[in-house]
Parts: sequence; C-alpha cells; structure tokens
Amino acid sequence: MFKKLPDAGTATVTVLIDGKPFQAPRGCTAAAAALLAGATSTRTTAVSEAPRAPYCMMGVCFECLMEIDGAPNQQACLVPVAENMRINRQPGKAEAKP
Amino acid sequence: MSAAFDLAIVGAGPAGLAAAVTAAGLGLRTAVIDEQPEPGGQIYRAIESVSTQRPAHLRILGPDYAAGLELVKRFRASGAEYLPQTSVWQVDGERNVYVRNRTGTARIAARQILIATGAMERPLPVPGWTLPGVMTCGAAQTLLKSAGVVPDGRFVLAGSGPLLMLLASQLLRAGVKPAAILETRPNTFAALRHLPGFLAAPGYLGRGLSMLSELRKAGVPHKTGVRRLHIHGDVRAREIEYEWHGQILRESADLVLLHQGIVPNANLAWSLRCAHAWDFAQRCFRPVLDAWSNTSVDGVLIAGDTGGIIGARAAALSGHLAALSVAFNVAKISTAERDRLAQPMRAEIKRHLRARPFLDALYRPPQEMVAPRDDDTIVCRCEEIRAGEIRRLVTEQGCSGPNQMKSFARCGMGPCQGRLCGLTVVEMIAESRGVPVPEVGYYRIRSPVKPVTVGELAGLGLDR
Amino acid sequence: MSRYDTIVIGGGLVGSAIAYGLARGGLKAALLDEGDVAFRASRGNFGLVWVQSKGIGVPEYQRWSRLSSGLWDDFAVELRQETGIDCAHEHRGGVTICLTEQDFAQRRQMMERLRLESGEPCFEYQMLGHDELRKLMPEIGPEIAGASYTRYDGAANPLYLLRALHAALLKRGGHYFAHSKVASLRAAPHDFTVTAGGATFSAPRLVLAAGLGNKELGTQAGLNMPVQPERGQILVTERVKPVLGMLTLLVRQTAEGSVMIGESHEDVGLNDATTPEVQQALAARAVRTFPFLRDVRVVRHWAALRVLSPDGLPIYEQSQQYPGAFAATCHSGVTLAAAHALRYAGFVADGALPAELARFTGQRFNVQKAA
Repeated sequence: MFKKLPDAGTATVTVLIDGKPFQAPRGCTAAAAALLAGATSTRTTAVSEAPRAPYCMMGVCFECLMEIDGAPNQQACLVPVAENMRINRQPGKAEAKP
Repeated sequence: MSAAFDLAIVGAGPAGLAAAVTAAGLGLRTAVIDEQPEPGGQIYRAIESVSTQRPAHLRILGPDYAAGLELVKRFRASGAEYLPQTSVWQVDGERNVYVRNRTGTARIAARQILIATGAMERPLPVPGWTLPGVMTCGAAQTLLKSAGVVPDGRFVLAGSGPLLMLLASQLLRAGVKPAAILETRPNTFAALRHLPGFLAAPGYLGRGLSMLSELRKAGVPHKTGVRRLHIHGDVRAREIEYEWHGQILRESADLVLLHQGIVPNANLAWSLRCAHAWDFAQRCFRPVLDAWSNTSVDGVLIAGDTGGIIGARAAALSGHLAALSVAFNVAKISTAERDRLAQPMRAEIKRHLRARPFLDALYRPPQEMVAPRDDDTIVCRCEEIRAGEIRRLVTEQGCSGPNQMKSFARCGMGPCQGRLCGLTVVEMIAESRGVPVPEVGYYRIRSPVKPVTVGELAGLGLDR
Repeated sequence: MSRYDTIVIGGGLVGSAIAYGLARGGLKAALLDEGDVAFRASRGNFGLVWVQSKGIGVPEYQRWSRLSSGLWDDFAVELRQETGIDCAHEHRGGVTICLTEQDFAQRRQMMERLRLESGEPCFEYQMLGHDELRKLMPEIGPEIAGASYTRYDGAANPLYLLRALHAALLKRGGHYFAHSKVASLRAAPHDFTVTAGGATFSAPRLVLAAGLGNKELGTQAGLNMPVQPERGQILVTERVKPVLGMLTLLVRQTAEGSVMIGESHEDVGLNDATTPEVQQALAARAVRTFPFLRDVRVVRHWAALRVLSPDGLPIYEQSQQYPGAFAATCHSGVTLAAAHALRYAGFVADGALPAELARFTGQRFNVQKAA
C-alpha cells in the first residue's frame, strides 16, 4: 500500500512488527512502519473484531491502536520508532495485565 | 512539577508557534505543548526534518509548505519553553494544564491558556469507509511529509476540497500518479457570488489553476459531480463505486484517500465548556470568540483553525493577535499598545480571509455527504454504530439530541470521543427531526480528552 | 387538549419505569420528558442493582430494595422479549470492599444490624476476610482487609435499561413527549392539567418523577418533595478483556469490558463539573483495590447529580390535598426499576399506596420544617 521514496534517506531503525524484524526509516511513526512493512490491518476492534488500519495519521481517529513494547492500545501514529521497538497488532480488547 | 507560566499554548501549528513568538517577545513566560516530535502542526509537519534531511522534498511539497520554516525558526529562537511529544489531557477550572508524555504525567499552572489545536478532516462516512486501505488525504500528506512515504499501487482520491488537488499534485511531483480523482459536486453556482473576493485574495486562484494544469498534463482521470461513493472489500478496500452522470461506475483500488474539507479539532475547548455556535457557511461548530480571541471561559483563548477554518497564513496571524490579547489580559501591555500592534495584523488577516467565503461556498458538503443515506454506513467508528440505528432512534423513540443518542446507542463513547462521529450524528438528528442543526446541540465532551491511565491519575506516575 | 389515564412527569429511570408499568397494566400513559441538555441523573447512574447497603435502621427500605432485586430477573427477560434490548442484567451477588480492618469491623456491625432488623425473610450476608475474598476475586490488592457479600446484589446497564423502558412504553401504547418541560400544572382531586412543550395534557392521575424538578412541581401538587442534588463522579476505562468476575460497590466491569470506577458524594449544588481532586482520589482508591487497573486507560470522567431526599430514602406518597397525584423519587433508579414498573405503577393505577410504603411519605419532612 505504501513505499518509501528513493531519496527519502537511508537511515533506518530495526523494529519488530508482529515479531518480524523490519528496517523502519528513522523518524517515522510506528503506524507508518507497520504500513510500510506491508500490514493491511493493524488491529481488530474491541466491539466486533472487525479489521481496522490507521485512518488519519494525526492522533484524532484512534484507529491506529497497536500494542507497543507490551503496552496495549497505543496510538501508533504518535510513537516515533526506536531501536528494537516491538510493534504488534492490537487484537480486540486490551488485556489488563496484573 | 508545577511551573508557573503566563501562557500555556496547546498546539505547535502556525497559530501556536506565532503566538509563542509574540508572547515570548513581549516577555511573557510561555510554554508550547504539542503531541508531535517537531514543531509545525499538521500543515508544516516535519518541516525541520524535511529541510535538513530531505530538502529535495520541499519542491514536491510546494512553496506554501516551505514557507513554514521561517516561523519554526523564529519559534526555536523565541525562548518559549517547548514540550514536544506531550499530550494535554485535561485543563481544570483553575487553568492548570495536565500533560502526559512517555515518562509520565505532570500538571502545569498557567495564567492564560491558548488553545491552538488546529483542524482535523471532516468525517466522510460512506459505506466501507472503515475498511483497511481507506485513509484521509491528510494522512497521505502526513506520510509524505514525516517519512517521505507515498502510496504504492493503485490509489484513488475521493471527496472534495482544495486538499484533494494539492495532494494529487504533490504526489505527481513525487513520481506517483493517482488512478483517479473523484470529486463530489462542487457548488459552483452558490459560490459564484463570492468570486470577486476570492479573486482579490493573494495567490489562491493562481495556485488552484496551476494544480489543475499539472493534473491534466499528467493525464490523471478527474471526474467532478460524483455522487454516492461506496467502498467495497472484505477485509480491505478493493474498489470504490460511485455514481456519475447517471451511471454507476467502479474503480479498483488498493488505497482510497478520502477528503471533504477540514473542521475545528476542538475537544479540549468543548471539555472546558467554551461556548460554541453553528457556522452555516462552514457547516460545523466553532467556538464563540470576542474580537480579542477570548472564549466564553475566563483566561482561555483560541487561535487558528480551532476557532473556525481560516487557513495557515491567517492562523499564524491570529496566533500573533491572540498573544497580544494575552499580554493585555495579564497587564503586560496597555490597551493602546495592544491596539496599535494589532492593527496591521488585523488588516493582513482580512486580506487572507477574502478567499474563504468562495471556498466555503464552493466546497460546502452536500447533505448526503454529512448525513449518510445508506442505513449500513458506520457512523460511530469506535462503537460500530450504523446510520440506520441512529435514524430509527430519532424517528421511533423520539431521541432528540446527541447526548440522548450517546446514552441510547453508545455513539461518541469510544476512544475518539466523538471526533469522527459528532458532526454526522448531529446532522442526522437534525435531518430526521426536521430542525436546524443549532437546535440539536453537540455532545457533552469530558476530560480526559486524550488517554491517561488510572495509575497516572492516581499520581503514581513520575511527577516532573 | 389530550386526555390520558396518567401523566408521568420525568423521562428518567424512575418515570419511564412507572410509565411502562402503567401502560403494561392497560392504562393510557403520557410520559413528559425535558430536553437533551438537562441534568438527567439517569445518565450518570453506576448501574448497580444494589441491596446490601440499603436501609440501616429502616427495614422497610431494606425490604423494598430486596423485593426489587428479586423481581429484576424476570423483569430483564420481559424487557428483552418486549423490545429486543438486552439490559445486560447480572445477578450473582456483590461485595463491598473494606480497605482496612477498621472498615471491616464497621461493615460487619452494619450488616449484622441489617440482619437483626430484617424480620422474615431474614437478610443474609457473609463477611469475607482477605484470603476468602481473594478466592472470589484474585485481582484484589494485597492490603485489602476484606469485604461483605450478599447474594441479593446485581447490576444492569442503566442506559440500555432506559432505552428499553422507553421502547417498551411505546410498544404498550404509551406516549412519549420529548422537549416537554412542564410550563404549568393545575391540580384538583383526581383531575390534573399540565401544559408542556406547547401541548396540554389532562388525566385523573399524575406521577411526579422529575428528579430535581420534583421539589418545585411538588408544591403545585400538594406533595412535599424536598430533594437536593448530590454530585457523584465516575471514571470509565477503555474496554478490556473480562477480569472482574464479581460486582463491587465502587468498581465494576461492564458487559462491554469497560471498568467503571466510582464514586464521590459532594454537596455542591447544581454543579456537574468534574474535579481533579476527586479524579485522583477515585483513581488512587481503585488502584489500591485492584492493582491491575494501574495500566488501564481512562476514557471518560463523568459527574452527575443524584436526586437525594434529606434522609437519602425514597419519597413515595399520594397527595392528601390532591388525591391522584403521586410522588416518586429515589437515588437508586436501576435497583428500584423493577419494583417501580411491577409494583408502584400498580399502586398508582389502584389509587392507593400500601402500608409498606407509608414510611416514605414526604410528610416525614414536615415535622422538621415546623421545628
């Protein structure tokens, strides 16, 4: 669905998207990284488990909720990628860990 | 941490940055709080990174974008305190600003608050709009600006508004071509009487015409007068169906980019109970402001698109103006000084606003695009409430307003807190009841306007 | 002018339950409701069908609450069959958490007193120490002393309940009028005329269930209903996977997965603003009780105004001056919904309140007024 422009720079950061390593452009957000890595959907809804993906990319729509470094329901479009960041699909409702 | 500021500015877009420059310049202790990692808001998103790391992209994004760099530089030099990657989740009755970033939460005391949270895309609820592979034009622009990322594969732009053309021409310059642009009918006839103002406004006509010419040269199929958009797909968007000159047509697409104008992003202002009024021309609510940017809540001001859509240039000017107002409010400058400094700003804002009545009229969304006809269209994306249910609750159960609708159907109760469904719900209730929108009102918006954990509320997070 | 068998003023949980009960009993009922932006205690209800804390020193209230809780099971089924709306009613008992040993001792005394006052059938409860409580609720915080438990307690979704009551009323031939705040009320024995929302209604029976509005309306109908607002604040979290298997008085997880965290009791007049102090206090207590909540996100912080009589008990009364006019106000609109629909409505229809409800007349406040 998306690709990096060839002159967009070569600096990358290694992140894990659903466990698979991916070279994300430095400075992009976790949501953008997921899209670049080829993800179609990035979560399923808490209501009906329908597949969803980022919509507004500016922190307003809350469609880009993903689990980031173990924390569920993070707005992935507001989180810049960092080395070894774990970015996972949010499967429905968040799990409340004890 | 509880630091006292004269002015806390929420939002680092043109209005917020300009206000900070003027406020700091007048000696006010100023803080700017913003969610993004760099200043610029959405319109000038990532301008510093682009200028230093991808300067070739300035040509792609165009001169209006590049023009933002100067303001950002002035902001960096202003001495205002800058809190990036920080969200504001609450402002209380004593003008304490509650913030949150990756390390924790804090409360910042301020004498005056300027809400400059800008605009967001108007929801465009069509069947299938919640499918993966459907995004806003603004989202595509953000990807281009913040990461040099463009659509890959077959993509279609649909909707209305100047941003459609702007994005298309930017993407063309970046080397990708939309498979089609499907423009819903602009209201050319109704807009014509505002044409003189538009023509007299600085540069808008020229820019518009040159974008159209770029598209034509590149051979991008461009249809206007499109109606009844319907996105089809199972787990992702596959094609977009539409009606054009009486025919039903389809475009296959991996990505559909929707847009129908922008509206104020004002949940923080609503949560403070700032009075709002319905703007018929822009077809949205806007805060009630006096001539000096003051809201109905003491010590709270609004500048930029949050106060009603005025565009980036006018937004910056309104930010400068609001800072003067703040300086006056805290008795830093006299009435005379304030009025003197404000005069050229007001004249300049007026110049930039000349184009607005024409643009507002031309692109005013039609009824079917704000109140979806198809019962299956999802209206509240978070809670998955469809148009049919909302309509039935009005016609069969006498549900008369958005708050009752919220309590009966749960729309507006999800994480986005009505940002993507509020306008639609209000228009639908008004239509079904046969009353004007202002009579219907809006959701009661409550804090936290951005997520915060129970633990953070309990004060267990790091207090800085 | 439209004639009805009963006019019910107030479309919240109390009014709509009674109106539904009347329609269900075959009476032609008009339910008058004010606009979308009104205080509306029903929208701020926590949603408990709660018995175990009710009626210390007032066994009649204990019994009325227990009666309603017992009726609720069939009531929920009836509403679902009638309207297709599921009120998410659960009835598996509930606990009141005692944070400290002192709380625990006080709670035990209170529960024992309720039992002694209850008569037949006897009020039954259990006190659970920390370890026993942990067996029921593994999520409980390490410092929590224990809890009281009864099997009478339950919960329902107050908003779906309201929606179901409205739908059921209409299905049974009742009439609902929105934007109909009372402009004028003329009372005579068994003869009431109300102007509201530009229309006029008349009926031989009138029920005042208008929450805070009852105080003023009551004076025109020969009923003393000196209700005052009491603010309560609630935090609501994002939906999470099911964790809390047991209801507690202050923290519960809804069927959708959101955790609701209550509650405050504030005497601040007609002020439904939320406050940072209470916000912090509610959150701190919630985390102490259930540490897992620490990392769960809050999506909403509500305040609503309870409708409280001076002693916190309901006001039920038939006007002596204007027979046919009935008072109905309480702060437990969900708990008492079943009793209101399936019992109180019947009393109104028959024109007489039973001896069990004599304790709740508004006249009990007159003595204080004279003094």
